[in-house]
Amino acid sequence: MSLATDPYNLIVCGVGGQGNILIARLIGRILAENGYHLAIGETFGAAQRGGSVFSSLRISKKHAYGPLIPKGGANLIVSLEPLETLRLLSNFGNENVVTLSNTQTAMPVGVLAGRAEYPDVDKLRRAIQELSAKALFTPATDIAVELGAPIVSNIVLLGALLGAKLLPISEEEVKQDMASTFPPSKLELNYQALQRGIETVA
Amino acid sequence: MSEQKTKTAETQKVFLLGNEALVRGALEAGVDYASAYPGTPSSEIIERLSHEAKKRGIHVEWSSNEKVACEGAGAAAVAGLGSLAAMKNAGLAVALDFLTHCSLTGLGDQGGSMVVVVCDDPDAHSSGDETDSRWQARFAYAPMLEPTNVAEAREMIRYCFDLSREYDCYVFLRSYTRLSHGSSIVELGPLPEAKKGQAHPDCSAAVNPYLGKVHHVMALERLAKIKEVFETSKFNEYFGPEDAELLVIASGNGVSCGREALEMLGLEDQVGLLKLATLWPFPTELVRARAKQAKQILVLEEVDPVVEVLVKDALNGTEAASVPVLGKESGHVPMAGEITPDRALDALGKLTGKTHQGPGEAYQAKLKQITDEMLISRGLTWCPGCPHRASFWALDKAVKAEGGEVYVTGDIGCYTLDVFPEGKCQMNMLHAMGSSIGLASGLGQMHKFGWDKPVVSICGDSTFYHAVLPGLVSAIYNQANLVHVVLDNSATAMTGFQAHAGVGYNAMGEAAPKIDVVKLCEALGVPVTVADPFDIRGATKALRGVMAEGQGVRILVLRRACELVRMKADKNKPYKVVVNQDKCKGEECGTCYSKFRCPALLKDPVTGKASIREDACPGCGACASVCPFKAIEIQEVAK
Ligand code: SF4
Ligand code: SF4
Repeated sequence: MSLATDPYNLIVCGVGGQGNILIARLIGRILAENGYHLAIGETFGAAQRGGSVFSSLRISKKHAYGPLIPKGGANLIVSLEPLETLRLLSNFGNENVVTLSNTQTAMPVGVLAGRAEYPDVDKLRRAIQELSAKALFTPATDIAVELGAPIVSNIVLLGALLGAKLLPISEEEVKQDMASTFPPSKLELNYQALQRGIETVA
Repeated sequence: MSEQKTKTAETQKVFLLGNEALVRGALEAGVDYASAYPGTPSSEIIERLSHEAKKRGIHVEWSSNEKVACEGAGAAAVAGLGSLAAMKNAGLAVALDFLTHCSLTGLGDQGGSMVVVVCDDPDAHSSGDETDSRWQARFAYAPMLEPTNVAEAREMIRYCFDLSREYDCYVFLRSYTRLSHGSSIVELGPLPEAKKGQAHPDCSAAVNPYLGKVHHVMALERLAKIKEVFETSKFNEYFGPEDAELLVIASGNGVSCGREALEMLGLEDQVGLLKLATLWPFPTELVRARAKQAKQILVLEEVDPVVEVLVKDALNGTEAASVPVLGKESGHVPMAGEITPDRALDALGKLTGKTHQGPGEAYQAKLKQITDEMLISRGLTWCPGCPHRASFWALDKAVKAEGGEVYVTGDIGCYTLDVFPEGKCQMNMLHAMGSSIGLASGLGQMHKFGWDKPVVSICGDSTFYHAVLPGLVSAIYNQANLVHVVLDNSATAMTGFQAHAGVGYNAMGEAAPKIDVVKLCEALGVPVTVADPFDIRGATKALRGVMAEGQGVRILVLRRACELVRMKADKNKPYKVVVNQDKCKGEECGTCYSKFRCPALLKDPVTGKASIREDACPGCGACASVCPFKAIEIQEVAK
């Protein structure tokens, strides 16, 4: 499998604390091993917890691009939170963009405080569909909760990404990377999360 | 983020963060001494080096501020070692007092070297300003280089150490957020054998600067020599046709943005691009030679028009003097903010008439309509269980009890979140590290001019050691009228929990003397009160008490560990906290969720009453003393 365009622009987004950086780097490492030039851009700092966070991955066979994606230039948006999918679409969306979103919402603090309203979930879903050439949704958090560890939502979503065959990386490669970067005691749980994620799309 | 070997391990290629690439390069160069004060986006440099410290016999420290960090590194270089000091843009302002002298005297004749890494934050992603440190190289008579990408960062910092050794001066390496916090594939060079550095402090050559004029001349001569070297540096590269009429000159992040824009517009074969990495002294001859055939020059850089001004300077009086140099000053690129591919596209579009086909109009219209309707922001706030939320709640109460006529000066740290809409918005003035007490010190004299509102200054513990101490001493000595509050949460939390003088361990994780804020303040001879912010009533009372005392400097230490520090030490929640649904008044009240705003508290959409998300609540118990109806109940958790 090769990439649809070159450079291929992937965004992994979510809310601070959801582990989007971990999966962005994992994907990045594997693609780099597969001979792609790669740059990842992140910003961290004050928005660490509860704020909007995203990593941009520039993937190319030609040469290394800078970390910033041009406006309207995303090819794939992988999102741990549906409102964040919309947020990233607002800057990087286009007619051909593919999105993969976790269905679980994370409420901004203004919403918790009753001063702002989170959009109606069905409407939000329709909006994402309308703005994507292809919009996939996965109940990654629900599955992670079933597994007894909400923290692995990101790995379930990564599994869904594998299942949907949107990137030239394989389950084997992901597992290999995990084996060399995750603590051994956590491997089984993460393999399970990955498997469940793959099944949601398969 | 460790150095993950890739399949191409034989060629030693790894995937690194920009800051990690700088660390790798410094290790390859044999760095012996490294010091810094944390600041985003620079903090990972010393953090990663600290992991290597023991293994490789390197001294790594978190100094109490950037000036001290540079002085330490300077001394190590005088002793013949390789040293590194790192900081963010704001920190450079602190360090310059020393650095402006150090470049006059040089590093002595023991063969030492010193690299000062300054990480700017164009777009002010996590900073109060986006000042451009590149001006400072000229100001400080020191050479400066700026890498274009992560791989070059590793190579360039190695070169900076060589340059420093050869020319007997420290060298600036300018980084920026997109480099420091970007990652890419880096080809590694060999690491030297771990060694114990042989230090020979000999200060006879690195004398005092009180031969200012003589040393100034020497520094200028040195820069003239380095300029010659920079004219032919391999770090400056040219891409494109030799006879290009439009020449783009780019530095740092501008290089990848410019190259991408040219590619998107299909202009690579017509437009030339000169990548400038040696910024000061400026390679004027190189620029003049490239400018000869150009009819127009566009400069892409961030943030200020530094290269732009230097290019104009360079062309002045040459045959290329009439070639228009475009960029920020001409309005082709915005004056503020980082450079992006879109800004490069815009600027090139203005000059060539070429445009890039983005999303269609119908798509954009739909996008605008949907996002206008649905997209809400994610406000920034303190973590659930953060003691600062409680401290500011207490402050708010105390200020209201004073009739609202209290002037509050703030400082830099997590508590700065107070100024955002989800905070309490109590701080009236907020500037640099340590400015809380300095500003309050001035306001505390205003009674002499007929203004006598109470003044409260607020800082955190790390900031206290960094820059508050001298200001505090000055305020006490000059008998300013103010209350100084130290929010002591035992952490430099905002930048990622680096060690500081109050935590009892050092950068390498070894036990270290613990300097106690309370004892230190007591020793200054002023009244010191200590309270627990989670006892909100007690904290409010304490605040009102110290405010009522009226005269001189009074200190209140609100002491409670950062929740993330506590959680690390003790995974158990201190309390189980629940809302008694019978007592909660819901909508009629709403104090806890709509005013206190802990993110673990919400208005239950079904019952309309307060509810606590057990998964998010670490059980600090603060909200219990916020509820006016005693509806929030805390139960001790059996250990
Ligand atoms: S106890 Fe109350 S204030 Fe503390 S974290 Fe839980 S909900 Fe928030
Ligand atoms: S403060 Fe107390 S009464 Fe008011 S909403 Fe919260 S729990 Fe209910």
